[in-house]
Amino acid sequence: MASKTKKTQFDAVKTLENIEGQFEMVQILNEKGEIVDDSLVPELSDEQLTELMRRMVYTRILDQRSISLNRQGRLGFYAPTAGQEASQLASHFALEKEDFILPGYRDVPQIIWHGLPLYKAFLFSRGHFVGNQIPEGVNVIPPQIIIGAQYVQAAGVALGFKKRGKQAVAVTYTGDGGSSQGDFYEGINFAGAYSAPAIFIVQNNQFAISTPREKQTAATTIAQKAIAAGIPGVLVDGMDPLAVYTVVKEARERAINGGGPTLIETMCYRYGPHTMAGDDPTRYRTSDTDSEWEKKDPLVRFRNYLVNKGIWNEEKENEIIEQAKEDIKEAIKKADDTPKQKVTDLISNMYEELPNNLQEQYEIYKEKESK
Amino acid sequence: MAQMTMIQAITDALRTELRNDENVLVFGEDVGVNGGVFRATEGLQKEFGEDRVFDTPLAESGIGGLAIGLTTQGFRPVPEIQFFGFLFEVMDSVSGQMARWRYRTGGAFHAPITIRSPFGGGVHTPEMHADSLEGLMAQQPGLKVVIPSTPYDAKGLLISAIRDNDPVIFLEHMKLYRSFRQEVPEEEYTIPLGKAEVKREGSDLTIVAYGAMVHDSLKAAEELEKEGHSVEVIDLRTISPLDIDTIIASVEKTNRAIVVQEAQKQAGIAAQVVAEINDRAILSLEAPVLRVAAPDTVYPFSQAEPVWLPNHKDIIETAKKVLQF
Repeated sequence: MASKTKKTQFDAVKTLENIEGQFEMVQILNEKGEIVDDSLVPELSDEQLTELMRRMVYTRILDQRSISLNRQGRLGFYAPTAGQEASQLASHFALEKEDFILPGYRDVPQIIWHGLPLYKAFLFSRGHFVGNQIPEGVNVIPPQIIIGAQYVQAAGVALGFKKRGKQAVAVTYTGDGGSSQGDFYEGINFAGAYSAPAIFIVQNNQFAISTPREKQTAATTIAQKAIAAGIPGVLVDGMDPLAVYTVVKEARERAINGGGPTLIETMCYRYGPHTMAGDDPTRYRTSDTDSEWEKKDPLVRFRNYLVNKGIWNEEKENEIIEQAKEDIKEAIKKADDTPKQKVTDLISNMYEELPNNLQEQYEIYKEKESK
Repeated sequence: MAQMTMIQAITDALRTELRNDENVLVFGEDVGVNGGVFRATEGLQKEFGEDRVFDTPLAESGIGGLAIGLTTQGFRPVPEIQFFGFLFEVMDSVSGQMARWRYRTGGAFHAPITIRSPFGGGVHTPEMHADSLEGLMAQQPGLKVVIPSTPYDAKGLLISAIRDNDPVIFLEHMKLYRSFRQEVPEEEYTIPLGKAEVKREGSDLTIVAYGAMVHDSLKAAEELEKEGHSVEVIDLRTISPLDIDTIIASVEKTNRAIVVQEAQKQAGIAAQVVAEINDRAILSLEAPVLRVAAPDTVYPFSQAEPVWLPNHKDIIETAKKVLQF
């Protein structure tokens, strides 16, 4: 006789669906530049709004010029940023000077707006140590090439702030591919365990080189990975400057008030290739997808919003474009004028006091360089 | 003066620096209330508080990143990696990041970090606890690698390591933690990094060693003495950078040398010592410089340690080959 015992049904799928349902995308401005959620509109003055637009336009020009300078061989390593202006600059706009930024290799714009001189950013691209000599008082490290390393380091910076009793946050960025790294999880988990003031931003631009987001994880959002660390996670429209600003501002407030870290996923897109080192996006991306995302352009929607408010026009935009081009020309000139690197420079930068092997090699290279 | 084991001398050095410098932070897996798996941090959290001496989640890479991040806020981190076989988890933070921190920022930042970690065989530990991986660290520009063999050296070298403004890997041999006591001054003192010490003077043969092999070398030297050979034993103390001057001065005096390490022959740093002697003192040599090292296999299953690990008999055998060349 068959057992009549009822088989207990634990609905694990339902548990997953419940979790996913908690990560709805925060949006304030739609593609046309219309406010879709009044309750979330940040308190920004007209000056602040136009300043944010100014930075976004400037950075779009910086990207166009950087690609061109790279093609001319006047820049080296460059990871295009067009499309990510809201994600990069509106998030930065929510920070204060004392906040510390740990950028990835694509996050040069944030450290420029935080105080890194443009010519140094160009020297970073070319491969010159002066580019990474961050000026005193500018709280950034050079762009991190090892994907994920900036996350564990950010937990340490944030714990440092907490121990010093400073009202400041550590902010770090990675991409969608980076969220698969062990250091990504360790970073958010450490910051959570110490309730450290850190903001972890994942710029989900849909592709890690040629690998689409879906190949990184079965998780429907990256924001939900915050659950593994027991910290808040937020999914935001990364093409919407007001939404990005709002969620970062809120995360910062919580962090400096002892509320611990936040993970923020910005849903965005890079219009260009992964880097200028031979990546060809037409091999893995369709022009349909490109044009779909171009409709979401952060500049277009923010421009419409500001024009409708009567605080932006073509003249202002052209002014900033000319300014950007002028600054870039000067910065490249200054980079050109930077003395070439010598082996003795590289040796001198290794330790505070040179060990005997390097003292010996220093003398050898000094002799060579004097000829 | 007090009679201390090496582990007590290490705790004493940590206590000294926690008192001296409020930026010193000690952290790692179970180093807080537990006082460390070997009691190296015993009593420190009680004396200095959870803010200075604290536990971390179980993730070596995170510990490395935490240390680097803390340096940006002016701290002087002294993290612990529970066993050095776990280095592989934190290799990027160590070799890819902190070792390069000063260089990659052109001196704008630096990393005054001392990583403490136990290693070494002869105490029947499970897998990946006893491996000698100092060779990996010695190949990384930007690091200094220190391996004490006595309680006195351990205290003076650890204080120097903590005060150094660049990253130092401080490797503590497990077999030496409590194997003997030595007079150690209670007050603070330092021993310069990068300086070897002649632990025994001799005129016929130089033995260059470090870690537990220093003691096997001293034992071998005593037995060789009975057979009429005068043997000099150099304890490197710092394996990167090497104290070339002390090594070469000794070889120029004795004209014969061997290099002794516990690591496999293809690992460790013995080959580097041999190359330096060949470069700088070949005309003084009466015989080739031979190496005593472990076989080039994975670190042995614990029961096989006695037949695998180099010991004083291997040292005597190799010394005689060189003496009778």
